[in-house]
Amino acid sequence: MAKRDQDGASAVAKNGARSFAKEDQEQLRHYYYQMVLLRRFEERTSEMYTKAKIGGYCHLNIGEEATIVGLMAALKPEDYIYTNYREHGYIIARGTDPGPVMAELFGRETGVSGGRGGSMHLFDGSRNFMGGYAIVGGQVPLAVGAAYALKYQGKPGVVLCQLGDATTNIGAWYESLNLAKLWQLPVLFFIVNNGFGMGTSVAEGSSEPDLYKKGASFRIHGERVDGTDPLAVRDAVARLRERAEKEHEPAILDVVSFRFRGHSVIDPDRYRDPEWVKANRATHDPIPHFANALLEQKIVDEDWIKEVADRVEREVQAAIDFADQSPPPKMEDMYRYMYATEVPNTLSAAEQELFETRLKGGR
Amino acid sequence: MPIITYRQALNDTLGEELARDPNVLLMGEEIGKFEGSYKITEGLLAEFGPKRVVDTPIAEEGFVGLATGAAMLGLRPVVEIMTINFILVAIDQVVNHASKIHYMFGGQVRVPLVIRTPSGGIGQLAATHSQSFENWFAYCPGLKVVAPSTPYDAKGLLRAAIRDDDPVIFIESLPLYDTKGEVPENDDYVLPIGKADVKREGTDVTVVAYSRMTVVAMQVAQQLEKEGISVEVVDLRSLRPLDRPTIVESVKKTGRAVIIEEDWRSYGIGAEIAATIQEEAFDYLDAPVLRVAGLEVPLPYAQEMSRAAKPSAQDLVDAIHKVMRGSR
Ligand SMILES: Cc1ncc(C[n+]2csc(CCOP(=O)(O)OP(=O)(O)O)c2C)c(N)n1
Repeated sequence: MAKRDQDGASAVAKNGARSFAKEDQEQLRHYYYQMVLLRRFEERTSEMYTKAKIGGYCHLNIGEEATIVGLMAALKPEDYIYTNYREHGYIIARGTDPGPVMAELFGRETGVSGGRGGSMHLFDGSRNFMGGYAIVGGQVPLAVGAAYALKYQGKPGVVLCQLGDATTNIGAWYESLNLAKLWQLPVLFFIVNNGFGMGTSVAEGSSEPDLYKKGASFRIHGERVDGTDPLAVRDAVARLRERAEKEHEPAILDVVSFRFRGHSVIDPDRYRDPEWVKANRATHDPIPHFANALLEQKIVDEDWIKEVADRVEREVQAAIDFADQSPPPKMEDMYRYMYATEVPNTLSAAEQELFETRLKGGR
Repeated sequence: MPIITYRQALNDTLGEELARDPNVLLMGEEIGKFEGSYKITEGLLAEFGPKRVVDTPIAEEGFVGLATGAAMLGLRPVVEIMTINFILVAIDQVVNHASKIHYMFGGQVRVPLVIRTPSGGIGQLAATHSQSFENWFAYCPGLKVVAPSTPYDAKGLLRAAIRDDDPVIFIESLPLYDTKGEVPENDDYVLPIGKADVKREGTDVTVVAYSRMTVVAMQVAQQLEKEGISVEVVDLRSLRPLDRPTIVESVKKTGRAVIIEEDWRSYGIGAEIAATIQEEAFDYLDAPVLRVAGLEVPLPYAQEMSRAAKPSAQDLVDAIHKVMRGSR
């Protein structure tokens, strides 16, 4: 299990020491491929941002690949997922094509949210990926409500509620914990503990720095797991998921990793010592770690590692090309999703006039 | 037609909708065993059981968000907020979540949620317990906001709200709960959201009102008839969408408009309507548009001050006299 040291870093479990004997080798290779895909997707996203192809706020999952891949390996198709705004990797690891994800970042009609949401608001209803939410803590009551609906309708599955470490300091989280346990709902709270809110460390923001203990007064079980080890994450989620589904027992999983870069792509990360960040990146990078383990145990060879890199390069480039070639949403569709049930008088005369000016290309 | 109270109309409708659709459920503080702070849910727990009528802890943000999430998966929660003052601790879930989810995710998921709550107030409820915040929600695209003034409207609009696939804020009023009116029996009527209702036709002046202020406007209209002033009362019924065409058409006919609202004047519903009238019916006006509203203070407790801070029927009479003089 990972432990945080005093200055906010965590120690990675010895992944290399783990035996892969009982593992399906094809699965292991797939995890590695997925982690590389997420990494490369985010690196290129960052690049696209600097080229102004992407606007707004944009938060990357770099350093959290094992956390995400391990999580998705344990979830079932009938499960529902709610996340925060740092969610590119989640939707891709859930199975959504990188093309429509990149197209959403580019603000295109073909994007997963029709270009209406952007980086922080990805959604794929066909995969029960119920959205990225950009108000800290906002997704937590929603996820509990989804779990409520599953139980009400007697449906199988659980709800996975992802949140950041700093989100465990907001009120919505506590009300949600109370409701989840009071009503015994099938929900897992999955804390992506990357050590920081924006610039505020866990210890600076939380009077209880052991985040998995924060469910104690609600009688919710909590555990900590090494978020740089995909198999550890997978196994922990699978176990707690089973319990949530069968016994309607909510749980907290505190998944520890290291945030490689600033809070968002525009954050120069001045508040962290560059030497310290560099050292932590070296010890907390899940990808070379996992690659070495696979190589050591002769599950893959160097050629295969290279092939994965090439394949991912092509796939991410294809996603960028898809996004680039996709049209923006049609201006006449400005109000298209305003209401699910149409009602009269939604536009005033003044609004109609302005909208028509815009339709004619007027600014 | 049977005559029933506004409270009874709400209670009947909730019961009928619970019976009609198994995905409809009621949620809120003290709505089950206690049968509602204002007894709107009386008898419903006994009839439908705890799965359909859910007592929540005091956690508005938590259970409004929970209801929103449950609505995303196909339930149709009808949430009671004890009074609109307490919705402020849940406003993030309403404004940043429920109202955005359908649009922001490209129409992939619906939020068929109703939040019922009484707004405004009478008696000495003081600063924190008698405010009107419907304008905060009416400001927000993605929400629908309705505010019925009669038992008939309460029933038709509550049905519409529950059957609508968008989040609807359903504004009630404590003093209206005991008012009575005709409501047809065995009639599954639904009133359209987004349409105002001309509650009384007149030719001299248009009074625009909603919720309890419509009742005040109707009384004043009757009173002024004796003086020979013919008042048309437009009851908004729906605050978002706002039926501007009905307001504008009425003002074009009468040439004068007075808006009455229960709370603070600045940035209120009245401001929106006055702006609309000058945008769309300026040339038809024979007098400036007037607003009748309350005093802009945190409502004081003392009886005299409390009463003085709220708009009165006499204020409306005075305003109507003023716009009539303005053109005579
Ligand atoms: C209610 C609210 N307050 C503040 C913000 C601004 N904000 C966005 S992300 C963030 C830090 C959140 O950190 P954490 O929960 O650890 O998630 P991480 O970004 O590390 O994934 C802040 C303060 C916000 N979006 N919402």
